[in-house]
Amino acid sequence: MSEKPGSKVIMLGNAAIARGAYEAGVKVSAAYPGTPSTEISENLVKYKDELYCEWSPNEKVAMEVAIGASFQGVRAMASMKHVGVNVAADPLYTISYSGVNGGLVLVAADDPGLYSSQNEQDSRLVARAALIPVIEPSDSEEARVFMKRAFEISEQYDTPVMLRTTTRLAHSQCIVNIEERQNIEDKPYVKNIRKNVMMPGMAKARHIYVEERLNKMSEDGYSLDINKVEYQDTKIGVITSGIPYQYVKEALPNASVLKLGMVYPLPRKLIEEFASKVDTLYVVEELEPAIETQIKAWGINCIGKDIFTVQGEYSANMIRKAIIGESPESAAPAQVPARPPILCPGCPHRAVYSIIKKLKKHVAGDIGCYTLGAVAPLEVLETCVCMGSSISTLHGMEKAKGSEYIKDWVACIGDSTFLHTGVNSLMNMAYNKSTGTVIIMDNSTTGMTGHQEHAATGKTLMEEETYMINIYNLCKAIGIQNVVEVDAFDLANLEKVIKEETERDAVSVIIAKSMCALKKEFVPKGKCVVDPEKCKHCGKCMSFACPALRKGADGEAVIDATMCNGCGLCMQVCPFGAISLIENK
Amino acid sequence: METKSIMIVGVGGQGTLLTSRILGNIAVKGGYDVKISEVHGMAQRGGSVVTFVRYGDKVAEPIVEEGCADVLIAFERLEALRYAHFLKKDGVIIVNDVRMDPMPVAIGAAQYPENIIEDLSKTYKVTSLDAKSEALKLGNARVFNTIIVGVAAKSMDFDKDMWIQVIKETVPPKTVDLNVAAFEAGYELA
Repeated sequence: MSEKPGSKVIMLGNAAIARGAYEAGVKVSAAYPGTPSTEISENLVKYKDELYCEWSPNEKVAMEVAIGASFQGVRAMASMKHVGVNVAADPLYTISYSGVNGGLVLVAADDPGLYSSQNEQDSRLVARAALIPVIEPSDSEEARVFMKRAFEISEQYDTPVMLRTTTRLAHSQCIVNIEERQNIEDKPYVKNIRKNVMMPGMAKARHIYVEERLNKMSEDGYSLDINKVEYQDTKIGVITSGIPYQYVKEALPNASVLKLGMVYPLPRKLIEEFASKVDTLYVVEELEPAIETQIKAWGINCIGKDIFTVQGEYSANMIRKAIIGESPESAAPAQVPARPPILCPGCPHRAVYSIIKKLKKHVAGDIGCYTLGAVAPLEVLETCVCMGSSISTLHGMEKAKGSEYIKDWVACIGDSTFLHTGVNSLMNMAYNKSTGTVIIMDNSTTGMTGHQEHAATGKTLMEEETYMINIYNLCKAIGIQNVVEVDAFDLANLEKVIKEETERDAVSVIIAKSMCALKKEFVPKGKCVVDPEKCKHCGKCMSFACPALRKGADGEAVIDATMCNGCGLCMQVCPFGAISLIENK
Repeated sequence: METKSIMIVGVGGQGTLLTSRILGNIAVKGGYDVKISEVHGMAQRGGSVVTFVRYGDKVAEPIVEEGCADVLIAFERLEALRYAHFLKKDGVIIVNDVRMDPMPVAIGAAQYPENIIEDLSKTYKVTSLDAKSEALKLGNARVFNTIIVGVAAKSMDFDKDMWIQVIKETVPPKTVDLNVAAFEAGYELA
């Protein structure tokens, strides 16, 4: 459906954020992919004739790119998932002091319920610590409108603004009004070291300004257009924001509601006034009691986390049950086998893990599809913390237990994650005399988030050809003497190389290459088929969790031809030669 | 109109997102307020996935909860069983009669339940079909989901031309003819 100004279209939250940024006249956007924020940049690129957008190697770089653009007087943004905000925290905490020239917006995407994340942290607390305002929309249309308001607030108060979303908002759709792009003039760049060079003397003065700024925003919040009071029945009053507002409206359609568009700093006068007009005040917010704690600190009685959890997503039923004690009737859930996510058919990570399992090595893991190597039946990956941590934790393990011990371990990291923050960790291994082995599982893409380009793919977000970082040469340049490139599906060679490199008393990098089978450029070699005469029902082929393989009625292996990508892993591991590859012509 | 709540469940990679977009767009065309909620990211890697479509005069909540769904569209039998308790008492199930073993079953750690469709039929109005075989008749197994949309369309209040128009506007341009044929096939089957 076309996005003509004046039209109404149904739009994903993330697409609406991109639309809002476009309409706000944004000129520079930088991001690193991360669920649930990825589609913001993927939608922003639709407007590439009128703005610049990029995938940066990590969120810190993305934030700094946006800051640079803001210094020069244009509207700029960075978008990232909640844990990415940690990576970007360093520039964020200080640009809060400098403030902005062109409007500067950070979109932080939280993940209550951990649909695709390693923790459930609340970005509002990060913003509170960084002393920057947070605004929070509750559906796609508000996401579009609030994005524009975010740039205005940023320029009005000389502050970076966080627009906080959650998975449910980012990945739900509703009807959005399309408007014209605003014609925003670039602001002139004026040298001002007292504002833009944060060394102690200057920062001291700016810290005073930051406190004044927050107080002013708190006062102005009384009449801020995105804070809305809906008085109805005043027996129950609810203070809420974001997607929980929708659950409140569904569960308590007659209650009075104070819907906060700005959730930090909070509008004290508005909240006191609302509290005085309702009999019982509830605060409904997912994750941490960010609003509740402040309200209670002001001496206002309210009910919040006493009856609501700090974990996971909320829902209308949950609110109904907690506040008015009602639940709809429903059947008991059936007891059924779980269906956890698994590596795809033809995934090269499976091939690497099959050898690691055979050699009984332990894996220090990282963030990506390959984290799935932790679960049955692969069960090789034993630790995973954050982006890039596989390499540095492996190094720490060696320093704790010695170089003989670490011969039984490897670090496994994807190509995009390696370029994100793995490179620094690898420098450390070279510098501090590690002897560990790092396997870079290079599938030529950022896999889990849906195939975004990165610095080693040769293409930009704006679909231009570009310099392609050579990971082999990069490792060599850092000072790794032993760098070996292997085909991830050449199992015999892979086994030989992993054995040799883990035995070596020096740091090594093995680059196991093979394209992600979901990438659109991927061409399957053919389809694997089982010869039922030769199959001895040993189950060996099924021990690596390929979704295309299953046990037949008599225990024989059966390959689903519509799912098989012809990687040939099952064929290589079959002890009876019962599987063959029918090659595509 | 009271808000209608539809769930589409399946296995990551089966195309639940395209189906929810078709349903969302038909509701927009019908003049309703609409909310859709999807799952992206890790769960899509062969995991159990669920999308929600709600439409009516004014829709607040974008998700469908236990005991609240009017229609459950399941792209796989086990997934129909997993989410059946989300239905209202008189809820409708449209299920693709296909078995895809989840990993605990494939490695022998769990049993795939028997007689799912028979059991569900005792409580709910169930329509089952082998959409993959029907899709193969059209020459492409991947359009099974649009065949199921065709089946579902028969029990919804939008006219057939409007459906076809929406499919043309929603599916990738190169696949329009195939998807329209798949929709027609499903519509005839219902």
